[in-house]
Amino acid sequence: MRRIFLFVLTSFFAIAALATPGINMPVGVTPVSQEIYRLHMAAFYVCCVIGAGVFGVLIYSLIAFRKSKGAKAVHFHEHLGLEIVWTTIPFLILVALAIPATIVLSHIHNTDQSGLTVKITGYQWRWKYEYLDQNISFFSDLSTTQDQINNKAAKSPWFLLEVDHPLVVPVHTKVRLLVTADDVIHAWWVPELGVKQDAIPGFVNENWMMIEKTGTYRGQCGELCGLNHAFMPIVVEAVSPSDFAKWVTAHQARVKGDHS
Amino acid sequence: MTDQHIATQDNDHHDHDSHHGPAKGWRRWLFTTNHKDIGTLYLTLSFILMFVAGTMALLVRTELFEPGKVLLNPEFFNQMTTFHGLIMVFGVIMPAMAGLANWMIPMMIGAQDMALPRLNNWSFWLLPFAFTMLMSTFLMSGNAPDFGWTFYAPLSTTYAPKSTDFFIFSVHLMGLSSILAALNIVVTIFNMRAPAMTWMKLPMFVWSWLVTAFLLLAVMPVLAGCVTMMLMDRHFGTSFFNAAGGGDPVLFQHVFWFFGHPEVYILILPGFGVISSIIPTFSRKPLFGYHAMVYATVIIALLGLVVWVHHMFTTGAPMDAQLFFMYATMLISVPTGIKVFNWTATIFKGSLSFETPMLFALGFLVMFTIGGLSGLMISLVPSDYQYRDSYFIVAHFHYVLVSGSLFTIIAAVYYWLPKWTGRMYSERLGQWHFWLTTIGMNVTFMPMHFLGLAGMPRRIPDYALQFTDFNQICTVGAFIFGFAQLIFLYIVVMSCFSKRFPAATSQVWEGAHGLEWTIPSPAPYHTFETPPDLATVNAAAPQLE
Ligand SMILES: [Cu+2]
Ligand SMILES: [Cu+2]
Repeated sequence: MRRIFLFVLTSFFAIAALATPGINMPVGVTPVSQEIYRLHMAAFYVCCVIGAGVFGVLIYSLIAFRKSKGAKAVHFHEHLGLEIVWTTIPFLILVALAIPATIVLSHIHNTDQSGLTVKITGYQWRWKYEYLDQNISFFSDLSTTQDQINNKAAKSPWFLLEVDHPLVVPVHTKVRLLVTADDVIHAWWVPELGVKQDAIPGFVNENWMMIEKTGTYRGQCGELCGLNHAFMPIVVEAVSPSDFAKWVTAHQARVKGDHS
Repeated sequence: MTDQHIATQDNDHHDHDSHHGPAKGWRRWLFTTNHKDIGTLYLTLSFILMFVAGTMALLVRTELFEPGKVLLNPEFFNQMTTFHGLIMVFGVIMPAMAGLANWMIPMMIGAQDMALPRLNNWSFWLLPFAFTMLMSTFLMSGNAPDFGWTFYAPLSTTYAPKSTDFFIFSVHLMGLSSILAALNIVVTIFNMRAPAMTWMKLPMFVWSWLVTAFLLLAVMPVLAGCVTMMLMDRHFGTSFFNAAGGGDPVLFQHVFWFFGHPEVYILILPGFGVISSIIPTFSRKPLFGYHAMVYATVIIALLGLVVWVHHMFTTGAPMDAQLFFMYATMLISVPTGIKVFNWTATIFKGSLSFETPMLFALGFLVMFTIGGLSGLMISLVPSDYQYRDSYFIVAHFHYVLVSGSLFTIIAAVYYWLPKWTGRMYSERLGQWHFWLTTIGMNVTFMPMHFLGLAGMPRRIPDYALQFTDFNQICTVGAFIFGFAQLIFLYIVVMSCFSKRFPAATSQVWEGAHGLEWTIPSPAPYHTFETPPDLATVNAAAPQLE
């Protein structure tokens, strides 16, 4: 009975995971994030089926074969056929999962034909964004105040997920990301964009995103990078291509103004 | 002492215990070469450090109870996560498994002691020094090591606190201790088996430890090399891991995970062996598929040596490498699945009873399956881009390690405690311990899956508002989980020192088979001075029937 309770509890969590937003992986707004989401759900359902099989037999056994209910042990302890069955079936399931995983991975690695290139550099503890063809570069710092962190001021709704200068990119454009770091290893991660790429000093890693919906997408540094690892968030603002063009012009003009 | 013992052949007029019994007082423990004493020392050290590292985990969970600063500043938080991981892995699980090996392997193979008793003493006594040195970094000026238990360079080299050198030296000592213990176990199993104890009669616990010992010998030297390169980078002008000097920070991860992934199996395989002893006992039925279990263990270990890059899928590894390591990782679920299926088949049509060791074994089986399934999800590279370094990973490896190591160690302690102390333990309290631990564990780690999927990175002392609810549930669970272990402490202490509980018979458990159950409880200071004969050995190996 106690086992059943445990199983019900687990399945409750599993179902809750599917039903409620903010519990499951976001579907996201890029082709890659959506493909990853589908792969993730496919793997999850496969796991549910395997789990149901194993736990089903287990629960049945725990109920049916109790010594206190007079169960007598049946002495069998080798069965080659069974061993072959439960070696082969899992293997076939794995092949079935490996195929879509390989296909999605090939998409992730395809950085060809990008319309915009942004170099991202991790620093302790801020991000620098450089638009290589537009000659734009700026730092992006946490904008949550220290008072909020120390509970001396009310927390803003995007507590720890807000920055002074977000990365601005156009939608429907393949943006190539060149990710590196200046000091220790960081990782640039925005769940809704399906991108997590380690930023490693001495290496330039490539990834890409093509955002399909305008909006603001938030993420955080994914690799422990020291004291303020929790305090270097990422904010990406996806705007229409025309708004992006305006933003570029305004930004370039402002930089020029600063210099003259 | 053992050498003397072999030399002394005065078997006619003896009072054995006064001649060869333990010395009195602290000298017994410091100078002992007896495998049972050394097993006890290992288990005691592990027990103490479990409360140390557990307290650190509770501090971490307290800080994460709500957004904003609660208790710890980020420096100290990072030190707590680092030490929690380091001590749990190197100070709790590995010594506990070594303690079980010391106690049980000679008794299971019909040997009178470990093959190299003095070395055995040394491999234990290195550990208290290693951990004293590690903990002493808290007293130094500047931070204690704060770069996570995986200590990635260059955070752990160029950017690390001064105390890191003490960390490096203590890892050297721990590695030395493990290598010596592993050597001893290999030599013991190869050379000290009773003549009648052929390979396919070995209990699964012994097989598992043999494979584990080979894994230790394969990868602990690599860890030693890894920290030595760190030391060189820090003080002797080399640039192994320093990009500015032409080095390669990713090399660190290759070296570390070449050790680190097999390490996971080092922590878990002996636990598999424990479960393969316990489930048949309380199912009153021989282990199903003994031969398949042996082969699966060996295959898991071999595959475990070629999957390390699955920890590095987001480091910019080329696609070919990612695919190879993804396929190899997925393949490990086949032999692991064989294990789970065989345990389930052992339970099927048994005659089950649910004493505390069996409860923990079943808890292991359920939660390890959950952890194994989430592991299968993580092995898929594209999904791993989202899971990596999130709380999903934290949930996964705690499901695997808490069940695969902690639960199996606890199950082993309950299972063999009557053999060690000669007294039963409080079954009622044991049941309480199991249910509180299991509930606490699941309440702590199940919500972490959701936190990770929703985007919460690991190793952060503070988090965004949307993560609050689940974090609070985790923290409540962690305190239940932690305080349940005080019951365990009480039970073990009572069983060791109180006379309240009934004396144990030699077989202890109705369905138990194995040489260890043929000797009296408590096990005499010296056992199997003459090896058991063929009939005894065969009777103890139910897979032969
Ligand atoms: Cu970071
Ligand atoms: Cu691994």
